Amino acid sequence: MAESPHDTGTAPLRETPLAALHRELGARMVPFAGYAMPVQYPTGIVAEHQHCRTAAALFDVSHMGQAELIGTGAAAALERLTPADVQGLKPGRQRYGLLTNEEGGIEDDFMVANLGDRLFLVVNASRKQDDFDRIAAALPPGLRLARREDRALLALQGPQAVDVLSTLAPDVAKLSFMGIAEMTIAGVPAIVSRSGYTGEDGVEISVPDERAEEFARDLLRLPGVAPAGLGARDSLRLEAGLCLYGNDIDATTSPVEAALTWTIGKRRRMAWDFPGAERVRQELADGPKRRRVGIRPEGRQPARAHTPIHAPGGAQIGEITSGGFGPTLNGPMAMGYVAPAHAEDGTALELMVRGKALPARVVPLPFVPHRYAR
Amino acid sequence: MAELRYTKDHEWVRMDGDTATVGISDHAQNALGDVVFVDLPEIGREVSAGEAVAVVESVKAASDVYAPVSGRIVEVNSALAEDPGLINREPTGEGWFFRIEPRDPAEIETLMDEAAYAAFLESQA
Repeated sequence: MAESPHDTGTAPLRETPLAALHRELGARMVPFAGYAMPVQYPTGIVAEHQHCRTAAALFDVSHMGQAELIGTGAAAALERLTPADVQGLKPGRQRYGLLTNEEGGIEDDFMVANLGDRLFLVVNASRKQDDFDRIAAALPPGLRLARREDRALLALQGPQAVDVLSTLAPDVAKLSFMGIAEMTIAGVPAIVSRSGYTGEDGVEISVPDERAEEFARDLLRLPGVAPAGLGARDSLRLEAGLCLYGNDIDATTSPVEAALTWTIGKRRRMAWDFPGAERVRQELADGPKRRRVGIRPEGRQPARAHTPIHAPGGAQIGEITSGGFGPTLNGPMAMGYVAPAHAEDGTALELMVRGKALPARVVPLPFVPHRYAR
Repeated sequence: MAELRYTKDHEWVRMDGDTATVGISDHAQNALGDVVFVDLPEIGREVSAGEAVAVVESVKAASDVYAPVSGRIVEVNSALAEDPGLINREPTGEGWFFRIEPRDPAEIETLMDEAAYAAFLESQA
């Protein structure tokens, strides 16, 4: 028996401030984006996934990049790199956006929040160096990008997450979905946003590195909270229909192809003043060459990333970009790109898994309904 | 009951009369995590030792299962289609994968016994 190869780097792996805690909890550590990260704890991916859907799961996402953009005109400066409406973001609010390149491809997806006196950014671990270099290089004089390599990031996700966290910090319950605030939790200065990557209600909490372990232990002592690893994080986000950068979106896919046009601000779509606007405008008018869709294989067999997608009995019309088994869905699920003629919900497809055609259908996303606190 | 022999790819094999029953080790099922699907070989297929003949899919990934010995596939565990979790719960019992009629039953003797496999796992840790 041999597992398919994945992430094989040679550089020494970085650790998050919670590395010792993960090992104490019995985590299996794997390389991910240059970090040693917990893929699962002894309970296993399915149990951790179900726990997040029914109670509250704690994820260490400290590998992600955090930064603050400080100075007058920060929002306008950031808009030179993204089609998101950053200037319209009110204090205490967070938004999901894309960093685009001149060719209209996606350089990264990210969260931007207005903390009143500065913008707070969270980007992908694998892209943080590039992203922050590009942002810093694009800043006019007087603006400063402060990379927060000194902060950990924890995600507490699940229907009980906000209830249990409120016992330590009642203000958390006042946040609405995509609300953000600075507050002290269990004596630790934190930036809390009501957001996440699981489709469940929950929060992401930024805390100083040196307080992260005691803070995580405080959260794990709350009733109903259990640790969950990257394995469950991946099955949860795929059930929620959320993109993984590097799989579902990359420097070649456009916001229109990726069905992320909604991240483009209305004002931005009038002015067309963002990198790659020409391609986005043309694809909105004429239609893109391919579209990201949800796909459900028949039966129980998963189809993984890079599986070719064919029209039934016909030519290849696309490729799976993320695929696996959904524990809550209780079946296989995938996302991928198909030619627009095959992108309608209900369209029959064939997935070529190990040389055999696996029947599948285009389905609406998400696979499991979101339960955000609207 | 005959003893189990192991491969370096973490399959186990056991002679039951004229046929060899094959599965994956407890170590392997634990490393894989929750099994959600198994792709089993066709009955009658002639296989060589080391040939990929089955695929086991966990939530996380797909892994090949290799034939520990050469021979002909004579039976597959159809219970796995309904309940692939058997592989996690009883890896060396009801969670078996397939049965081979070995070309040369002596080939099994060349595989690791329980103690040798334990030492092998230790060396890999």
